[in-house]
Amino acid sequence: MKTASTLEKILASGDLAVTSECGPPRGSSAHKVKEKAELLRGCVDGVNVTDNQTAMVRMSSLAACILLKQMGLNPILQMVTRDRNRLAMQSDILGAYAHGIDTMLCLSGDHPHFGDHPMAATVHDIDSIQMIQMVAGMRDEELFQGGEKIDGPPKMFIGAAANPFADPFELRVSRLAKKVKAGVDFIQTQCIYNLDKFEQWMAGVRDRGLHEKVHILAGITPMKSVGMARYMKNRVPGMDVPDAVVKRMGGVPKDKQAEEGIKICLETIERLKGVEGVRGFHLMAIEWEQKVPEIVERAGLLPRPESANEAVQNI
Amino acid sequence: MITAERKPMEELIRCVKPYRSILLAGCNECVTVCAAGGRKEVGVLASALKMHFMKAGQPLEVQEITLERQCDPEYVDQLVSNIDQVDAVLSMACGCGVQEVARRYPNKPVFPALNTKFMGASERQGVWAERCQGCGDCVLGYTGGVCPVARCSKQLFNGPCGGSSNGKCEIDPSVDCAWQLIWDRLKALGMTESYEENLPAKDWRPGGGGGPRRIIREDMVI
Repeated sequence: MKTASTLEKILASGDLAVTSECGPPRGSSAHKVKEKAELLRGCVDGVNVTDNQTAMVRMSSLAACILLKQMGLNPILQMVTRDRNRLAMQSDILGAYAHGIDTMLCLSGDHPHFGDHPMAATVHDIDSIQMIQMVAGMRDEELFQGGEKIDGPPKMFIGAAANPFADPFELRVSRLAKKVKAGVDFIQTQCIYNLDKFEQWMAGVRDRGLHEKVHILAGITPMKSVGMARYMKNRVPGMDVPDAVVKRMGGVPKDKQAEEGIKICLETIERLKGVEGVRGFHLMAIEWEQKVPEIVERAGLLPRPESANEAVQNI
Repeated sequence: MITAERKPMEELIRCVKPYRSILLAGCNECVTVCAAGGRKEVGVLASALKMHFMKAGQPLEVQEITLERQCDPEYVDQLVSNIDQVDAVLSMACGCGVQEVARRYPNKPVFPALNTKFMGASERQGVWAERCQGCGDCVLGYTGGVCPVARCSKQLFNGPCGGSSNGKCEIDPSVDCAWQLIWDRLKALGMTESYEENLPAKDWRPGGGGGPRRIIREDMVI
């Protein structure tokens, strides 16, 4: 084991892992963080805490991760290259590890253009692949990015994102290979609605043996309504929602659409369980966290392995 | 070239309002090519300012001059015969020219008439686009001649991000995805294997991270 991460333990055991997300509030209420996170207790192995997602100011990922850690959950620290230079990132990583946070996700982040501070300067001192390399260097070589020795290196289990649906498609396996080369341990993918395309990407991943070098968690987002399906299809960059999915959501009465969305998501999980190289699921139930326990249960992914519950018992 | 655009008329009027006479100084280099501050633009702006202040009942005297280069002391010296005859200078050069005039004539207020934009190229008649950020350590040799620093919205050295769609950047469908361009070039050149070499974190010191930059050519210094 490279780290003490629960997620690493579960992935190493060969069990399917389940992670989910908790977006911090647009305010300073610790209560709101805890309320959301509490919904996920016992049904996931790790909780991603997003970092100013969609480039909107929110409570810091690190602070919210600490709150989750204090609750006995396993937070996954998301960190984007948009807002911090390498000094700030490394000092936050040290701070996170000092609080027992041992799993993180390295991202470039949504462009400020989409958020509530489009006038802000972007940092982009390093990119997400260079961040993976930096965090791996801090862990394995015990060196800061600048080359100096770390006194008490942070042992982070390192995640990153992959979007099999963005263009150019032919480059998407290569880009994963670059992340693997940089030292990534696990991947959470973009939300999967186009299963054929995802499976095509996975075939490319397997052809290069990458599935044996990195744990791939399939990204799943249940849709609440046909409106959400249309929005995701037309407005969210890099999202691939086939017409058939929108049609299916629109084909049921409004009050039944949420259930239809859950059904689609369960069918997706079932099909992906059979795809070699898929090592678990990342459930992004956007502002719908209360549905995660139900989805995990109906997907046959409960109970979670013992190690996930240990932390809870140790509070 | 260094590209620029003229500031809004209201802002220019506000700048020169306190003065009775100004020197409107153009530059015959980049800003002439991008039609922002050359001889022609000096003439147009001089007329517009004179007309405005005439109508307002406080006539403004505008002397027009266009230097070969405003970023070069040798040419900026040529203003010496005009400078005492005016209250202020309105420079139609890029920021480099404005500063050179200000440095050379410490007692004269100097205002920029342009907003300096970027180092770019002409895409077609009337359209200029950013190509270079002067990062001081060129990677174009690795990226098929397309710059990820200047042309990728996230400045990714190992792109593309997940927002590349049909060759366009997620921030604006009129902006090309730099990494799509890079990939297309690498393919055309038979250099696709170089894509998988991870470009290391950049040293930003040559790019301005080490403070204001200078070039000293010992072989040329007198």
